[in-house]
Amino acid sequence: MTDIQIEMKKVSKAFGKKVVLKDLDLTINRGESVVIIGGSGTGKSVTLKCILGLLHPDKGEIKFNGKNIGMLFQGAALFDSLTVWENVSFAVLQQKGMTRERAKKIAIEKLAEVGLKPEVADVYPADLSGGMKKRVGLARAIAIQPDTLFFDEPTTGLDPIMSDVINDLIVRCVKKLGATALTITHDMTSARKIADKIAMLYEGKIIWMGTVKELDKTDNPYVRQFVAGSSQGPIRMSVKADEA
Amino acid sequence: MEPLLNFLSSLGRMTLNFLRATGDGAEFTAKVVVACIRRPFYHKEFVRQMIEIGFYSLPVVALTTFFSGMVIALQTYTGFSQLSAEGAVALVVLVAVTRELAPVMAALMVAGRIGAAMAAEIGTMRVTEQIDALSTLNTNPYQYLIAPRVLAGIVMMPVLVLIGDILGVCGGYLVGVYKLDFNATTYLINTWNYLKPMDIISGLTKAAVFGFIIALLGCYNGFHSKGGAQGVGQATTNAVVSASILVLIFNYLLTEAFFNV
Ligand SMILES: Nc1ncnc2c1ncn2[C@@H]1O[C@H](COP(=O)(O)OP(=O)(O)O)[C@@H](O)[C@H]1O
Ligand SMILES: [Mg+2]
Repeated sequence: MTDIQIEMKKVSKAFGKKVVLKDLDLTINRGESVVIIGGSGTGKSVTLKCILGLLHPDKGEIKFNGKNIGMLFQGAALFDSLTVWENVSFAVLQQKGMTRERAKKIAIEKLAEVGLKPEVADVYPADLSGGMKKRVGLARAIAIQPDTLFFDEPTTGLDPIMSDVINDLIVRCVKKLGATALTITHDMTSARKIADKIAMLYEGKIIWMGTVKELDKTDNPYVRQFVAGSSQGPIRMSVKADEA
Repeated sequence: MEPLLNFLSSLGRMTLNFLRATGDGAEFTAKVVVACIRRPFYHKEFVRQMIEIGFYSLPVVALTTFFSGMVIALQTYTGFSQLSAEGAVALVVLVAVTRELAPVMAALMVAGRIGAAMAAEIGTMRVTEQIDALSTLNTNPYQYLIAPRVLAGIVMMPVLVLIGDILGVCGGYLVGVYKLDFNATTYLINTWNYLKPMDIISGLTKAAVFGFIIALLGCYNGFHSKGGAQGVGQATTNAVVSASILVLIFNYLLTEAFFNV
């Protein structure tokens, strides 16, 4: 057994003429929590979807050594036609010999783990606030005890307090499962809280990777500009709509 | 000249888009067929879709076939010499309704209702990443979302058309007896005598094919929609238009095949 959970080698992906990933290399060790930072539209979600097999890279190699995964989507991606508990136990319900009663009990346990009361179990997603949707999405992601967790912009669109709550929940869930975690975000507060290691994506490549401590000491001008949130520096923001 | 050129160029563009879609569509269709055969079979979804298609489309299908039967009776009467009309009306209504009108009318109505709804629902699921979420939850979206809809379309369309057959013939009967003053018993006897199983069977077979086409195109357009709410709207329109056109094309081809002309 290797200690590497996810390995991407020279992965390239383009949509038509638009090159999004270009010879991207990334290695994530088992049990590590890695956060990819980068501006919007730089291909963070595309990177994640390539690992998940939802998109097929044009070139390169991706090795995934985990057994099962859980993913929290940017907009939570809850199924509208199902209740909260049916959402949380969606994968659980597919297991052989699983009854609806047991699946619902498991769902309620998972909801408790993300700080939601049993009362929300029978509610439909449309009646939940953004923060609650994210929590339900998180409960669904951890329902089958995955060994690898993925988070796509977990705090985007939430107020700072709710963001902090979600960050804490993510850290707690990842610790409890002993899982490997890959998070993508452009929220630096969130990144510092969640990450063992931070990687920066720029122009289709991982241009820097290191610990949070190293992040504050690096003299990489791209990383420094992004961390400082400054418009002055080597990173040029594209203003064309199709590259946003 | 200008409008004609515009028309021709848009016709050309439509044809090109259509051909491109045919290529992508063939791959999609193959995946859907495999998904229909493979397990697990999501019967809850299947039942939900059967109700959606069969039950909720019944009123529109009933109304359109009923009025079609009525209008055919009227047209036949004015068209034929009025001496021989009594026999002809019953025959023409029967043949027109069972072979053509019920299947085609029902299909166009269902395309507008169900094809659009499928494209909108699946399209929304696509742009909100719910389809990606299915994959991360060990569920094949073709099997969970598309197979139940396509199978429900194949099963329920013939049921709708059979009801449409009956109502269309009833419509013809009502016009014949109450408007054209035909003898009620003679009309019924004529209808019974002219009844050929092949007419019904060909109509129901068409219905099953149309059900497949409508559900397939609804799902295809929804599945491939992109770019938020606007993309979903576009997918919905495309689903209805493409399904309606394909239904009419296949109607011709199936008629040729059935009646060996
Ligand atoms: N399915 C797709 N088809 C075409 N272009 C896409 C698709 N998915 C993403 N893109 C493009 O790839 C680029 C990167 O997108 P994404 O990975 O979502 O950015 P982000 O870093 O904000 O998550 C964007 O310009 C986007 O328009
Ligand atoms: Mg993104």
